[in-house]
Amino acid sequence: MDVVWEHREAIALAFAYTVLLFLIAGVGSTILGTLLAGMRVGPIPVLRWAGAGYVTLVRNTPLVIVIIFFRYAAPKIDLKFNFIDVVIPTGAGDIRLNNIFAACTVGLTMYTAAFVCEALRSGINAVPLGQAEAARAVGMPFGGVMRHVVLPQAFRASIPPLANVQIALIKNTTVAGALGVAEAFVRMRGLINIDATARIPIFIAFAAIFVVLVEIISFAAHRLERRVRVA
Amino acid sequence: MSGSVLFDAPGPRSVVRHRLYTVITSVVLLGALGYAVVRLEQNGQFEYEKWEPFVSPVYIETILVDGVLETVKMAFSAILLAVGFGVLFGIGKLSDHGLVRWPCWAVVEFWRAVPVLLSMIFIGAYLDLSQLSHRYWAVVIALMLYNGAVLAEIFRAGVNAVPHGQVEAAYAVGMRKTQVMLAIQLPQAVKIMLPALISQCVVALKDTALGYAVLAPGLTFVARLIYNNPDFGQNQLPTVFVIAMIYIVLNLILTAIATWVQKKFVGEKKVLEVAMVGEGDPTAAAPK
Repeated sequence: MDVVWEHREAIALAFAYTVLLFLIAGVGSTILGTLLAGMRVGPIPVLRWAGAGYVTLVRNTPLVIVIIFFRYAAPKIDLKFNFIDVVIPTGAGDIRLNNIFAACTVGLTMYTAAFVCEALRSGINAVPLGQAEAARAVGMPFGGVMRHVVLPQAFRASIPPLANVQIALIKNTTVAGALGVAEAFVRMRGLINIDATARIPIFIAFAAIFVVLVEIISFAAHRLERRVRVA
Repeated sequence: MSGSVLFDAPGPRSVVRHRLYTVITSVVLLGALGYAVVRLEQNGQFEYEKWEPFVSPVYIETILVDGVLETVKMAFSAILLAVGFGVLFGIGKLSDHGLVRWPCWAVVEFWRAVPVLLSMIFIGAYLDLSQLSHRYWAVVIALMLYNGAVLAEIFRAGVNAVPHGQVEAAYAVGMRKTQVMLAIQLPQAVKIMLPALISQCVVALKDTALGYAVLAPGLTFVARLIYNNPDFGQNQLPTVFVIAMIYIVLNLILTAIATWVQKKFVGEKKVLEVAMVGEGDPTAAAPK
């Protein structure tokens, strides 16, 4: 356990990256996923096809490949994120959000958005038929039906699947570690390389932090679900 | 609720408006596509050199044998082991005895919450990662633990989805607990959980790409060999494109099988729902 305690600041820094990746990609994927879900249930066939195509392609591609695309392939066609360079100074060292971080975040966002879209679509399917019919009967256009009647209820119904998607996202942030962001996975590999005899306590410590993070999301989702539940 | 319930059958003015939207979005999408193609062309991504490995037989063989075959092997070894793991802990979670149920619950929750990459590196610490076969097994074991934990949950949900009258009838004819599980609940649960099991194969197949982190064999390994080869002039983009397409096709095939199995064995009933991580209530897990 000593090796973990000794490097507590470095570990905290690593998890700061993990949480930052999670927060940015989480917000981004929720927005993009909602747009995609809107496209997929909307009246314009072209947009429906585009949305369905995006989801099918991205959902069946491994996240590693998606991030490798933004990390190694996209720069070859000058799709670079070099303009991003934010440094957040902390007591234990700087958190540097550079082009590698940006590429990984974009990859995580695009990947997770496909799953957010599917979770929302399952929520939209759970809204009783009469709701949309009533909204149309009072003369609402598609945008109004979605914004005022269907989506608020769909969001409620999709909180559990959405929480599952976000839980998967926080675990997936480790993939960014495999591609160059100095987050939890990289730190754990580093610590095991420093002291291989302490691999069990190191693993337990990192796993425990992830379990706690996952439980926090799960707990928040439960609270949210109970609070916004209608009847 | 189908999509069409969300909007009225369009009237003449809406039809015109929708046509306009269709034209605008088509133009925007085609424009984006065209721009991408121009961008690719300008950066010389269509040069023969960059696509050479994907049309030369030697490399196609490498991709198929060292890439696809290894990846599929890895995914299926992981799923086969995970089924064993899942059945063991799934039954454990359904046990009447708290002493069995709680540890099984803890194991399942733990491996579901821990990222696969962390377990992969942890298991890798016990193996000699300089050997290819050890890297292979690091991936397989890590995937077994994660997918096994998910399958335990699927398995439990499947057993609970068997109509309760079946169990009561079995007890009524004098069967014991083990017999009820093995002869009555399990066979029916397998049928219910088969589509979910195949969907999990898709997850496992995709997660084999995580082997990238430990240089495990498979498609990502071959991809790295190809785009690091200077003969092909930095062809990351074509490589990623081809590898992604292979994964997509493999997964679509698996998904099609899952849909077919769902129709054939389960009917139009809803796909099995599995509780999320942290919905831990093992007291509710015991059969009533």
